[in-house]
Amino acid sequence: MLIRLARQSLWNRRGTALMTLLSLVISIALLLGIDHLRLEAKRSFTSTVSGTDLIVGARSGQLNLLLYSVFRLGSATNNISWQHYQQISKHPQVKWSIPLALGDSHRGFRVIGTNDDYFRFFRYGQQQQLDFAQGQAFAEVYQTVLGAAVADKLGYQLGEQIILSHGVGAVSFSQHKDQPFTVVGILAPTGTPVDQSVHVSLAGIEAIHRGWQGGAPVLGRQPKLHAEQLAALQPTVITGFMLGLKSKVATFALQRQINEFKAEPLTAILPGAALAELWQMLSMVENLLLLVTLLVLIAALIGMMTTLLAAMKERQREMAILRAVGARPWQLFWLIELEVLCLTVLSIGGALLTLTAGLWLAQPLLSSQYGLVISIWPWHSHTGIVLSALTGVSLVLGAIPSYLTYRQSVAQGLVIKL
Amino acid sequence: MLSKPNFPALELKNFHFQWPGQQAFSLDIPAVSLAVGQHLFIRGASGSGKTTLLNLLCGIHRLTKGEIHIGGHLLQPQSGAKRDAIRARNIGVVFQQLNLISYLSVLDNVLLAGEFAGNKLPDAKARAQSLLTALGMSETLWQKQAQQLSVGQQQRVAIARALLNEPALLIADEPTSALDADNRDAFIRLLLSEADRCGTTVIFVSHDAQLADYFAAVLRMENLAAGVVLSNPLSNPQTNPQTETTGEQAPC
Repeated sequence: MLIRLARQSLWNRRGTALMTLLSLVISIALLLGIDHLRLEAKRSFTSTVSGTDLIVGARSGQLNLLLYSVFRLGSATNNISWQHYQQISKHPQVKWSIPLALGDSHRGFRVIGTNDDYFRFFRYGQQQQLDFAQGQAFAEVYQTVLGAAVADKLGYQLGEQIILSHGVGAVSFSQHKDQPFTVVGILAPTGTPVDQSVHVSLAGIEAIHRGWQGGAPVLGRQPKLHAEQLAALQPTVITGFMLGLKSKVATFALQRQINEFKAEPLTAILPGAALAELWQMLSMVENLLLLVTLLVLIAALIGMMTTLLAAMKERQREMAILRAVGARPWQLFWLIELEVLCLTVLSIGGALLTLTAGLWLAQPLLSSQYGLVISIWPWHSHTGIVLSALTGVSLVLGAIPSYLTYRQSVAQGLVIKL
Repeated sequence: MLSKPNFPALELKNFHFQWPGQQAFSLDIPAVSLAVGQHLFIRGASGSGKTTLLNLLCGIHRLTKGEIHIGGHLLQPQSGAKRDAIRARNIGVVFQQLNLISYLSVLDNVLLAGEFAGNKLPDAKARAQSLLTALGMSETLWQKQAQQLSVGQQQRVAIARALLNEPALLIADEPTSALDADNRDAFIRLLLSEADRCGTTVIFVSHDAQLADYFAAVLRMENLAAGVVLSNPLSNPQTNPQTETTGEQAPC
């Protein structure tokens, strides 16, 4: 019965109640949205690479290695010789290996020199394999496989020819103009940096750099290669490689062996640990954002309390009538609290609805523009707890006008002096 | 009515009230007993302590000393919750004006009295409807919001609500002050006749001496506020309304 009274009383003041509701919906949606994006970004972030036990590059910090090998950010400190890669990849504990040769780009997208093993062994997310949306892997020197976002943004189709540039800037002055690559495959979207990559064979990388010295073409010394020469192309250096091991137990032992590799200074990292470290650095920003959202929410709750307090004066008569028909003071307390509860629950529902609708609308954009694949339903294991806590806080804040109403109803009696 | 004949509707014993820490003002009534159906008019100017007396009789404020019985139930001294419960079941209240909760329908306003009384009469709705009809509120008005009614209509709905639980006592606080003279007389007649039908005793508080003619017993606030001992307030020589015959008019 109190519930019905609370409902009808709220409906009676639907103008102010609606504004309160709106501010609560917005701030709750903001809170849940930021929390959701944070977790989804983390999930998407940590799922950029999976199933890889070690990533190896020239001696450097683990974040640097992680950034250039997995996220296509920054540059390698040095190269690794092909012989040493061969040597390590033949280690008895190694199940598979993927070589990576970086340093070129195509209109801002990074070029990765690799081999067939990339398409066979690379895993992301929940051990998902790379799929071809169209075409297949490269088989010849001047063939390339594009990530989904590259093909989508630049509008490339199978069979088109593209020119690679030296260096990783969006605008490059030294282009490998004489050696165009033909698009033979386009990968399905993954929501990882793979979407932003242009894949060519190691031989292709070798071919376009033939005759270069010190990172620049030597004038007049870039001979066209014959078919036999192309077939015989062997890479001499790569930038790094990924390793999958036969047994996880061997990971640390092999990591130490690589780090202590005598012939060349190398660094081997565990992608999981490096990702966690990187994420921790980023989480500062994310925590700050969460804090701001929390403050917005508290402001909205205080706004609700203010509206309730403001309504107290005009509701004195209502309270006196309820007292006259026998309502106990604590029932009036709960009448106000029920209104608070009603508002909060409605706002939570509204916020979830708004957020889901917003995510549904934004999802195509997010996945195509930012490579972020985000689930539409913003519910996580702790969301229930967060929302219960929120309801608790709003009830505590609502207790202030409720208690004042209670006090007033006890002190004032039935006759209101208007 | 037959179920509550042995107890007086209102009984005060050694009634004494004083605001804590204030000596200047006190209310004293050594003994008053109102039989069922014996209506009382309390007359007093504003500031004479009417409001305080009402709040005491309704059990909102705690009596300093003495006892109040309503229809055989001890109202004071009692805990706050008990007083609230007794008020819900045994006392109906009609205010000066703005008696109704504006956002509830007419019918819901009347039923409100049953909701808080706890002892939900199964036929509360039917009772509310017959009361409204008896008070001249036609069925077309029942679902209207209270704020859409005229003042006179609102006061009649207030009577229906006050009588819903067949209370021993109906306390009316200047209920006619917002009405013009014609409506005022009609209102009082309606109030008293409906109260008689339900076997409810009316305590009517007003500053308007003219209205005293409708009542058998009159109590003057001045006497109480001055601390004068008043042993027999039932000073109006007029005869009591016929309490005996009211029981037969069933649909109360």
